[in-house]
Amino acid sequence: MGRAAAEALPPPPSPPPPPAPDERMARRSPVRLLLGRPELGALLGAVALFAFFSLVADAFLQAGSFSTVLYAGSTFGIMAVGVSLLMIGGEFDLSAGVMVTTAALIAALVSYQFTLNVWAGVLVSLVLTLALGMVNGLLYVKTGLPSFIITLATFFMLAGANLGVTKAVTGNVATDSVRDMDGFGTARAVFASDVDVLGVNVNVTVFWWLGFVAIATWILLRTRIGNWIFAVGGSADSARAVGVPVARTKIGLFMGVAFCGWFSGMHLVFAFATVQSGEGVGNEFFYIICAVIGGCLLTGGYGSAIGAAIGAFIFGMTNKGIVYAEWNPDWFKFFLGAMLLIATVVNLVVRRRVERSK
Amino acid sequence: MSEAPLIRLSGVGKNHGSIIALREVSLEVDAGEVLCVLGDNGAGKSTLIKIIAGLHRHDAGGYEVAGEPVSFGSPRDALARGIATVYQDLAVVPLMPVWRNFFLGSEKRKGLGRMDIDHMRRTTRAELGEMGIDLRDVDQPIGTLSGGERQCVAIARAVHFGARALILDEPTAALGVKQAGTVLRYIVQARERSLAVVFITHNPHHAYPVGDRFLILKRGRSIGYHPKGEITRDELTALMAGGAELEQLAHELQSTQDSDAGAAAATALTKEAERLRPAD
Repeated sequence: MGRAAAEALPPPPSPPPPPAPDERMARRSPVRLLLGRPELGALLGAVALFAFFSLVADAFLQAGSFSTVLYAGSTFGIMAVGVSLLMIGGEFDLSAGVMVTTAALIAALVSYQFTLNVWAGVLVSLVLTLALGMVNGLLYVKTGLPSFIITLATFFMLAGANLGVTKAVTGNVATDSVRDMDGFGTARAVFASDVDVLGVNVNVTVFWWLGFVAIATWILLRTRIGNWIFAVGGSADSARAVGVPVARTKIGLFMGVAFCGWFSGMHLVFAFATVQSGEGVGNEFFYIICAVIGGCLLTGGYGSAIGAAIGAFIFGMTNKGIVYAEWNPDWFKFFLGAMLLIATVVNLVVRRRVERSK
Repeated sequence: MSEAPLIRLSGVGKNHGSIIALREVSLEVDAGEVLCVLGDNGAGKSTLIKIIAGLHRHDAGGYEVAGEPVSFGSPRDALARGIATVYQDLAVVPLMPVWRNFFLGSEKRKGLGRMDIDHMRRTTRAELGEMGIDLRDVDQPIGTLSGGERQCVAIARAVHFGARALILDEPTAALGVKQAGTVLRYIVQARERSLAVVFITHNPHHAYPVGDRFLILKRGRSIGYHPKGEITRDELTALMAGGAELEQLAHELQSTQDSDAGAAAATALTKEAERLRPAD
């Protein structure tokens, strides 16, 4: 069908009016193309912030400091990958912060209590954490309640369970050390080792982070799934009407967050060997901040994984830059909040620009 | 070609809980035909198309596609049978580029889950070009197109993906006169490509020029089903609006408003009602 059939047809009853191209000319704007990039605001912000800290903090420009900044960025950036995809898909996951701790606790407790090779704990944790993500997704799809409410509920349930189960099993708020268990060395190499890059120690999480960002970007821009993610976030009803499996896509996105949570959890276990059961609360907001600073719209349908990575980098720079500048780190959250505000205002302007001129 | 019409509903009904949304509605539409479904708000038009499109299952009656009884569980099932639906307000995802919208749900792939983006861009540009929409940039968000253009993209998309039947949900409702004309032209074009078209509207002036048959709904029931030769535009308007209701409105205006404007409006409405009366 298509071209040949249409060319054989007589022209439409009345030919298109000649002045039409003029009207269309007015609607096109090259500026919008540039502003249309979700990462643009974050990139400019990152450059400005980098220049700023380079000027005010002498230690900031040293390679070792940069490695520390990247590490801080990676620990949040890995989660921001999953969270940003979910946000593009139109949803939140407030349980993401404590889910990291849950994943870490599962791996540590299973390995230690059953005296298994730590890799067994790693796998059990993967399965159970993905199941948690699936539960979030299924609850959202089945009840139709806002994901904010669903994951707020699972957030508190997980936070409570983390503490309750850990205390019941170990009699303590932290797990026993898995440092001497079988497989710890190899697991540490994968999840928490340092890699020598031109004489500078860089944590392996930095490379995982870049890898995850690359994969997520590929999925978003080059695959059918990516098309579906943008569509379910931009307009779930439209997507459903043209045959996009909206429920499956959303459940998959919640499981994507869970996967990132599992990975971050494994980093915790093998970086510190013990896991504090009360950790992770509040981190979910940092992930969301990374995604939003990186240009993801809170309302969904727009954003990028690269943007979220830049957001995480900004987060890492601010976090460590304040220390290198020898300021009072108590102010860190103030700056973070201010940047969130600026980023969302920029996003708002971008979206209006895109949606105006209909 | 089979003897049976492409789409046939016989005595179809649908309840939403205790509310009877649709009762005993029958219609037929074959390739190369335009069936117009007319009705005021709440007449059951939306329920009817949702059944045809596969968003709702019908509770009563029969739904046949090319003679085969069907009961669709999702829009995908309907699409698989060549029945594509273009909705008035949810035709597209505004923030997504035109080409992504065009292929949404039917993405062209080239293995490993990768999309064939070049092909999709080229095809979108070519198909829209044929409809007279010349886009320099198929990467612009579809929300930046005009309402009429977006409808045309959605129609072009359905036709491209081999739709045999096109269900159009009030495609002209939110459009200006000129844009509505553009959409009507593509309805005629779709008919000439021998598609079956079901055109839902509440505007008899849009329906009459393009329709071959007219189904008029009111309060979930069919109150008229006529081929074009058997009904005039005025009769159609009268069935839609109801001459008696106009008279009633005129009466109300006269009794509640003493102003000259109210009286003038009442007089005009009375005249309109009288003009329409022979149709009843």
